[in-house]
Amino acid sequence: MSDVVATPRAKGEFARFVDRFLEDRVAVFGLGLITLIVLLAVFAPLIAPQNPYDLAKVDIMDSRQPPGSKSMDGFTMWLGSDGVGRDLWSGILYGLRISLMVGLLSGLIAATIGLCIGLIAAYFGGRIENVIMRIVDLQLSLPSVLVALILVALLGKGVDKIIIALIVVQWAYYARTVRGSALVERRKEYVEAARSLGLSHTRTMLKHILPNCLAPVIVIATVQTAHAISLEATLSFLGVGLPQTEPSLGVLISNGFQYMLSGKYWISFFPGVALLLTIVGINLVGDRLRDVLNPRLEK
Amino acid sequence: MTQPVLEVENLATHFFTRDGVVKAVDGVSFKVGAGEVLGIVGESGSGKSVTGFSIMGLIDPPGRVVSGSIRLAGEEIVARDDEAMRKVRGKHLAMIFQDPMMTLNPVLRIDTQMIEAVLAHDKVSEQAARERCIEALSMVGIPSPAERLVAYPHQFSGGMRQRVAIATALLHRPKLIIADEPTTALDVTIQSQILAEVQKLCAETGTAMVWITHDLSVVAGLADRIAVMYAGRIVEEGNVSQVLDVPRHPYTRGLIGSVPSANPLGARLKQIPGSTPSLGRLPKGCSFEPRCASASEACRAAKPDATDYPDGSRVACFNPYSLARAS
Repeated sequence: MSDVVATPRAKGEFARFVDRFLEDRVAVFGLGLITLIVLLAVFAPLIAPQNPYDLAKVDIMDSRQPPGSKSMDGFTMWLGSDGVGRDLWSGILYGLRISLMVGLLSGLIAATIGLCIGLIAAYFGGRIENVIMRIVDLQLSLPSVLVALILVALLGKGVDKIIIALIVVQWAYYARTVRGSALVERRKEYVEAARSLGLSHTRTMLKHILPNCLAPVIVIATVQTAHAISLEATLSFLGVGLPQTEPSLGVLISNGFQYMLSGKYWISFFPGVALLLTIVGINLVGDRLRDVLNPRLEK
Repeated sequence: MTQPVLEVENLATHFFTRDGVVKAVDGVSFKVGAGEVLGIVGESGSGKSVTGFSIMGLIDPPGRVVSGSIRLAGEEIVARDDEAMRKVRGKHLAMIFQDPMMTLNPVLRIDTQMIEAVLAHDKVSEQAARERCIEALSMVGIPSPAERLVAYPHQFSGGMRQRVAIATALLHRPKLIIADEPTTALDVTIQSQILAEVQKLCAETGTAMVWITHDLSVVAGLADRIAVMYAGRIVEEGNVSQVLDVPRHPYTRGLIGSVPSANPLGARLKQIPGSTPSLGRLPKGCSFEPRCASASEACRAAKPDATDYPDGSRVACFNPYSLARAS
């Protein structure tokens, strides 16, 4: 807001929202978990005992050490090391960065695209809506892993390509959600009133309809972000995702898979736990957001 | 003779639905002069609101203005494209809607919505726009407008919201305001306050007004002229006193007769027999013929044209009541 006039009631609304969110202990736990994970990812270079990208620091003699052993450099590898001698704890911290970055970035771009397309479909209706929504239906009828697999196979490896694939897989969810609520808003009188004031279509859509459709989008966004992170891990695990030089959690899990049967469980296990905690955290927050933002569930 | 603000001639707005063409408005003509208030009355589904929306150019598909002309201060606005029409909407033409609970966007503050309306047509600074909003709010009788401007719609009562809507409509001093049943959702005391306010504003600013309502008592107190609509046509038009005191059209008589206060207490309320015909399947003759007590053979054969009377009324009926009979 550009003006500095105090809006006590608006703050009250937000405070109420925060209060309602915090009523649920499980959600608070989820939020704490995510906060912790994000902080760990952001400050990974400061926390991690080893830079897993720096080949000079990685010693092949450290490979496949069980949790708790000392590295050649003298620090304790609490979670053990992987097949090439990288400290797993450091690997997970750096892997979180990539996983979160890919999840958030693809989610953000997919949300933007999906919002615009969904709004246009609901606002203009008729043939435009039909065409857009049939494309959405088509997209949603295909399993997302399959679509992403094909795209990555066509585009090749790399962070940017994975992000593109995840955007293609996700935008339709946002488009459908926004269209659903925008259709309801579109019929409301304030939209007619906005048009009768001489506002353009773009302004009416973005300024009047969009803010009224955001609550379900926020919920979808949390679920979709978690979905994107796990999808990226899936692709990486299948070997078509991120390259070895940019190890995400999925790559780490995939690396350890070959050692599973020889009893060296930790190489896959700990990255798996990190992935699990991240997704559980996001989903707990998403569930609570859904409850708080849904006026029908209000007591 | 000064040019009327709004001239509507033979306006026809049809909706092309799957079940056939619905002639919501079918050949409507009227004029509104500066500072004049025209009341359009009629039952639900008689085409009052569609007439209003046609003037605003806000008819959505499958509906379309199929013929006729609408001139705003002499300028034809029917054939205009969307962009040209957008420049007229809000600037020269404004609309007030029925339900004040619904016409303000619930998630945006009043100032956001009003300033936006100013900036849509005038390139002024936000500060100047804000001052104009404050001025408009105080004009419609909102106390401490500067404080109320930064509130959200839910912090206003229904009457206050309608005042905000009226203030927003007045921002650009439009030539014409179309009010689509703006007081129907309000209680009677608030209704009379708003009516008095609007009457004053029209007289002060010279804004012409089309007041769409089904409430005859509202029109009686507010309007200068009155047009009675039935099944997409104007059946009777004239000065308020003329039409309400000595109605010529049987439908107008029926409407006035249906007002409860006109009947003795305890007596069975009068009503017009039958119900409004489906607009998709209108009879060939006069639309009101099946319900009309004075219908004749001619009424079944063709639709009556409007006849002008020396006192300024126009009535579309083959068998109008003469002034002598109406007492």
